[in-house]
Amino acid sequence: MADRILMKGNEAIAEAAIRAGCRHYFGYPITPQTEIAAYMAKKMPKIGGVFLQAESEVASINMVYGAAAAGVRVMTSSSSPGVSLKAEGLSYIAGSDVPALVVNVQRGGPGLGGIQPSQSDYFQATKGGGHGDYRMIVLAPASVQEMASLTMKGFDLADKYLITSMILADGTIGQMMEPITFEDSEPTVYEKPWALTGTECKRPHNVVNSLYLKPEELEKKNFDRYEKYRVIEENEPMWEEYMMEDADLCVVAFGIASRVAKNAVAEARKQGIKVGLIRPITLWPFPTKALRAAADKVKGFISVELSMGQMIEDVRLATESKKPVSLCNRAGGMIPTPDEVLAAIVKAEKGEF
Amino acid sequence: MMEHKRLTLFAGHYGSGKTNIAVNYAVALAKEGKKVCIADLDIVNPYFRTKDSAEELEKQGITLISSRYANTNVDLPSIPAESYRLVQDKSIHGVIDLGGDDRGAYALGRFADAIRAEGDYRMAFVINCHRPLTSTVEDTVEIMKEIEAASHLQFTCIVNNSNIGSETTPGTVLDSVAYAEGVSRVTGLPIWLYTAEKSVAEGIEGLPVLPLTLQKKYFDLTI
Repeated sequence: MADRILMKGNEAIAEAAIRAGCRHYFGYPITPQTEIAAYMAKKMPKIGGVFLQAESEVASINMVYGAAAAGVRVMTSSSSPGVSLKAEGLSYIAGSDVPALVVNVQRGGPGLGGIQPSQSDYFQATKGGGHGDYRMIVLAPASVQEMASLTMKGFDLADKYLITSMILADGTIGQMMEPITFEDSEPTVYEKPWALTGTECKRPHNVVNSLYLKPEELEKKNFDRYEKYRVIEENEPMWEEYMMEDADLCVVAFGIASRVAKNAVAEARKQGIKVGLIRPITLWPFPTKALRAAADKVKGFISVELSMGQMIEDVRLATESKKPVSLCNRAGGMIPTPDEVLAAIVKAEKGEF
Repeated sequence: MMEHKRLTLFAGHYGSGKTNIAVNYAVALAKEGKKVCIADLDIVNPYFRTKDSAEELEKQGITLISSRYANTNVDLPSIPAESYRLVQDKSIHGVIDLGGDDRGAYALGRFADAIRAEGDYRMAFVINCHRPLTSTVEDTVEIMKEIEAASHLQFTCIVNNSNIGSETTPGTVLDSVAYAEGVSRVTGLPIWLYTAEKSVAEGIEGLPVLPLTLQKKYFDLTI
């Protein structure tokens, strides 16, 4: 394979997963992420892996749960309505503390919605979606290269913390093509002494379960899990800052919205407006420290989103509402243009949020 | 530029560049004074469709046949009834943009008999060695056979669109000659065209290159 490969975002996820040592893919087709399944269907049989199109999303997430419990690197992928169907399984996986990678290439909702790109599953990804107290590490790629690198990172984080990593992409990044490079590196192997690999009558049985009928025991499980989440919040936030050094306005955007916003920030700079961009790469853990530091310097924030305004709540929480936050958004499959973001920046410059 | 057939079909692996090539070829035909009709028979890809170029096509007097659901929020793999005009109206030059892989090529099945009976067609296999599933001659030929089985038509030629997006240089195209010739040798199909974005095409000598004007998108990073 040549050095630079021209890939669709969805293909990049699939190839990166294979290179990260994933040999188990369970899924069910849905636009606009079907290329992930198509790529896996083509590749897995050639490398001794398993590609299985399950009878439903519910079945596929439970197959992921089973394979994860057996200690192998495993993934599934879907788009918004399909991820809703997987929600129960996501909660069970979280309650069992097994590692998995789940991809959501978002489309417009709610309901059956549409097939055009969206970021309106931010709440679902970062605040739950399934029942109970749990978190997932949520990674938001903004390029085809990041679709690959964050998929690899997602597997490592999942194994390191025994948690689900979710790639929260959108239809545009899934479908668009860019040249990318894969670094030659062997996947990190994590010891999994808890995995269900067969005792060979040499050790006690391992049990993977999320059922704890004694409330004291279940409470302790939750407390311990939240201690793990605290460590992740401390160590794993990722973000990119662009032109923030002297900025007195801050645009916050992730994924495809951040690319549009970046062009708008560059244009605003040409007009003499001191504006910068913070792009959260992890949506959970949210880059709270970066936002809090910015709140001490800038006069306000603009949250650019392909939703009715979901991340904006985390911007307000992270900055403890010290400064005003305005919303520049499109929804339902529409993407804001650089001019629309620029207009929001110009308004904010005049003090209108 | 070249001798044209009445019908020209572009098929290949998804992401090989079929749509851009079909649109540019249709425009080239129109500029030669031909009455041109382009049909988007892509039943696979939800985004990046021929319809994105509707304005440009209209300006050139080219008729666009496209699913009324393309680029909308309705995920229906339908083929418009007007598509029959391609095989029935012999006064037009038809350009057909098929969906990716064998699944996309199924759409052609219902027209295959008529196309073969008329016998005035060119079916071009669009290839790119920088795409992950067609990076070798062997893999490329595998995809080709799948498409032929689904479409009930045989390819007649190859279009080498080997590129790495915005990073393509004339060297990229020249370096892909051995690959394209390899596919040609194994399949017995002639290389009809090379394709490259206009500024790249200008730097290539000695190859039959169709220069492409590409669709611009506002999430392309300009900085």
